[in-house]
Amino acid sequence: MTVKQIVVLGGGVGGTLVANLLAGQLTRKQAQITLIDRIGKHVYQPGWLYVPFGGPPPERWERSERSLLRRSVDLIIGDAVRIDPHERYVEMADGTQIPFDYLVIATGARLEPSAVPGYGEGAYHFYSAEAALRLHAALREFSGGRIVIGVADIPYKCPPAPLEFTFLLEDELRKRGLREKTEITYLSPIGRVFTIESVSQFVTPLMEERGIQYELFFNTEQIDPVNRTISSLEGTTIPYDLLVLVPPHRGATIISESGLGDAQGWLPTDRETLQHKQFPYIYGVGDATDLPVSKSGAAAHFEAKVIAHRIAGEIKGKPSEERYQGQVMCFLETGYGQATQLVFDYTHPPHPPKPSAYYHYEKALLNRAYWHLIPTGIV
Amino acid sequence: MTSPNVVIDKEIDARGSHCPGPMMELIRGIKSVPVGSVVAVLSSDPGSAKDIPIWVQKAGHEFIGAFPEQGFTRFVVRKMR
Ligand SMILES: Cc1cc2nc3c(=O)[nH]c(=O)nc-3n(C[C@H](O)[C@H](O)[C@H](O)COP(=O)(O)OP(=O)(O)OC[C@H]3O[C@@H](n4cnc5c(N)ncnc54)[C@H](O)[C@@H]3O)c2cc1C
Repeated sequence: MTVKQIVVLGGGVGGTLVANLLAGQLTRKQAQITLIDRIGKHVYQPGWLYVPFGGPPPERWERSERSLLRRSVDLIIGDAVRIDPHERYVEMADGTQIPFDYLVIATGARLEPSAVPGYGEGAYHFYSAEAALRLHAALREFSGGRIVIGVADIPYKCPPAPLEFTFLLEDELRKRGLREKTEITYLSPIGRVFTIESVSQFVTPLMEERGIQYELFFNTEQIDPVNRTISSLEGTTIPYDLLVLVPPHRGATIISESGLGDAQGWLPTDRETLQHKQFPYIYGVGDATDLPVSKSGAAAHFEAKVIAHRIAGEIKGKPSEERYQGQVMCFLETGYGQATQLVFDYTHPPHPPKPSAYYHYEKALLNRAYWHLIPTGIV
Repeated sequence: MTSPNVVIDKEIDARGSHCPGPMMELIRGIKSVPVGSVVAVLSSDPGSAKDIPIWVQKAGHEFIGAFPEQGFTRFVVRKMR
């Protein structure tokens, strides 16, 4: 039997877990597993939510990728620039070609703030380490006025994050004695405050209780950083003193440049087998896919298990029938030391329990235990 | 009337895409065509029947109609501004 070459492209939540699970299920005689990552650093992005409020600095949410991978997984640090799905190799920026029998694409999402005119000078966000630090500095200086929070486009990762930010912000401003001097407005591109109806019904009264205003059907067209206004495609213009806008997301450029993605660069992925719709030996995991689920570490975690079983099963000659059913489990911070939990799949919408300190602590616990539990595949 | 009496300039197949998928696809479609063009979106999501006409009205476009087919509906909109 020849040793199968499995290449995992991307060392985030999805890629790291797939590689480690495969290494646990296959011997070195059955497969050689190679993970390629641009920076060789694994980043726990949920930690960025707390940075604007003076939480632990971004370095605390980073570890070396090597330290998280099982020993039998080879790590290549470098930028992959092209995938040849027919000849089956990944080309690196230095021209090296890495051949594969199976490829798992785990390249995550890319931020594209420049898709919104005026974004660079006009808006803040917390979707990267640098941006979260900049927002922290701006919030420290803030002494009252109009804060507008929104999302520039759908899809974006961790859909509850801007709502969580809003609740945490409202709480923080109250503690600093600035709440009475601040008007908070939340912008939503659709006809309710959150994409999932049951979550929207849960969150809307909380916003109303706390005097957080919202504007529906607001699809950002442009920002005017001089006059400090944000305008929508629908013709509404809203003034702001501080604007926090989740930037548009796109798939990794390598996906579009290799002709593997849709117009936005997302990978067309079978919603249950997680195989690329055209190339069955290419799988997609996590934010890189076009799956109709939340772009979240939680979804990537459930998907990784299905992919590892399917690839290992095929190599061992015992094909696995495991399918991804759209499972996601995450927390939603509601401020005042409380949170709720969202558990759902393709056919069962979430029923968020009443916010409580319990879920807030669970989330805090996960944030700390992540390194030991998730990339390793322990849970 | 089961089919629109207009020429469709751009049709987007958003079947199987969950709420608010089809509406966001329609918005993307509208952004990409000149004023006066007719855009159709195919949706199998029951929520679209409510969301799409409200958005079209709010955004100042013309809602030509919703045309049911086997297992999905074709929503047709003319870009007005
Ligand atoms: C503020 C914030 C809060 C969040 N909170 C939560 C939460 O509470 N719960 C939750 O489940 N999720 C949360 N998320 C979302 C979660 O972080 C992502 O969904 C998750 O990281 C996706 O994992 P992934 O493996 O698909 O991609 P990523 O973790 O983004 O990893 C992609 C990797 O691919 C590498 N890569 C990309 N292109 C190339 C290339 N060409 N060559 C080499 N390497 C490449 C990158 O360097 C990166 O390491 C949050 C995100 C943010 C921003």
